[in-house]
Amino acid sequence: MSFISIQNVSVKIGGQHILHDVSLDLSKGEILTIVGPNGSGKSTLLRAIVGAIVPTGGQIKREKNIRIGYVPQSLAIDATLPMNVERFLSIPKRATKTQKQNALERVGATNMMHKQMTDLSGGQFQRVLLARALLCEPDLLLLDEPTQGLDQPGSARFYELIAEIRAELNCAVVMVSHELHVVMSASDRVVCLNGHVCCHGTPETVSNAPEYRALFGAQTGGALALYRHEHDHGHDHHHHEH
Amino acid sequence: MLDNFLIRAALAGIGVAIAAAPLGCFVVWRRMAYFGDATAHAAILGVALSLAFSTSTIFGVLIVCLGMAVIVSNLNERGMAVDTLLGVISHSALAFGLVAVSFLSGIRVDLMAYLFGDILAISMADLIFIWIGAVIVCGIIAWRWSALLTATLNADLASSHHINPKREQLILTVALAITVAVAIKVVGALLIASLLIIPAAAARGFAKTPEMMAGLAMIIGSVSVLSGIQASLIWDTPTGPTIVCCAAVIFGVLNTLSRGMRG
Repeated sequence: MSFISIQNVSVKIGGQHILHDVSLDLSKGEILTIVGPNGSGKSTLLRAIVGAIVPTGGQIKREKNIRIGYVPQSLAIDATLPMNVERFLSIPKRATKTQKQNALERVGATNMMHKQMTDLSGGQFQRVLLARALLCEPDLLLLDEPTQGLDQPGSARFYELIAEIRAELNCAVVMVSHELHVVMSASDRVVCLNGHVCCHGTPETVSNAPEYRALFGAQTGGALALYRHEHDHGHDHHHHEH
Repeated sequence: MLDNFLIRAALAGIGVAIAAAPLGCFVVWRRMAYFGDATAHAAILGVALSLAFSTSTIFGVLIVCLGMAVIVSNLNERGMAVDTLLGVISHSALAFGLVAVSFLSGIRVDLMAYLFGDILAISMADLIFIWIGAVIVCGIIAWRWSALLTATLNADLASSHHINPKREQLILTVALAITVAVAIKVVGALLIASLLIIPAAAARGFAKTPEMMAGLAMIIGSVSVLSGIQASLIWDTPTGPTIVCCAAVIFGVLNTLSRGMRG
């Protein structure tokens, strides 16, 4: 059953069409990844699902009282705002110490409870953001470029974690990412966005779609080359084992 | 006991300090310091208008401060830089206010009292009014605390929890206008922003959570008021500015101490 239904949504900001005629359905327990070039409206679509942006056309239907765990792209905590991890995990709803401890353990960020948020490293910060989102007991987990600033093994581990969490909570996950190859393997469904939905389907379908290749083949040759390189490497490894 | 003007002054000052502290924290966190200044300056225009229409000062101040907030947020949405906007509005409101006061020929207006406050002349009625205002402001902040904090951290995060960041901003603005209206007698329009910002800034170094910062700011603000009144009696200085001087000295000391502890 789809519990979020995006119907012909258009968003215009400052006279600029960011999104036009985007339709998407989201079912419980699925991981959907939104990929697309810079400025393709990925974050805007996520913000519209969150409710931070009201679409100028079309509509977004959410199941009633849906709990959203949102991990924003950037969370700049002002230097004047004292905020330790323990307090941050109670935003906006108070959680017990045990709940917080469990959430931190779940995301692999133990012993962080009394640190100031501003003292965390990039990876730790992302994990704490995720822990906070988990404490909302989300039906839907929204992640906007969650692995920004992480190295490749770091982001691969992060996506593994997301897949595990999805399995435990049976929540839907929507992610925005630019790390195509890592993210693709962790998703059930991929939407390729460029102002409109270029193509969508299983990761295999999308990566073979001509629209997708037209968008990324030319623009991210480097990344794809890297992908092939790693891919080959993996095969070599296999051969050795054989 | 309340017959003593010094005790009335102390209670009035503490009332303002307690309301201003948590609100001041939000002003600092949201980088609204200039907005606080602008609201306070606009209050002078409010004073002039209420004298001209012979209504209560508070009423005029509230209306003008809220009006200013609405104008600023509307113009800001049309893409003008907010600090420029506040600079224009804050100083023009102050200038228009001062000019308007000069037109009020029939009434003798003690402008200095509105600009720098006259805490030693606080009447029993003023005191009651200040405390009602302080309780309302603290009540608003306590009621919206979690939502305000979430919206301050990140507007989208707030939206994901069905908190409307624009509404929270408006609530802060209303609380700010009330604070300015009640504080104008104590420290005056030119120094109100200092009671918002200095205690909060002084508390920052020793606070680990937002709540701790607000609580510390309340204590620092109250200590500033009491020591300021005391010092102004000893050296025969104007009381409002002396309170602000005390707050500034406390800020300097605490800031140095917290740096020393960290270093």
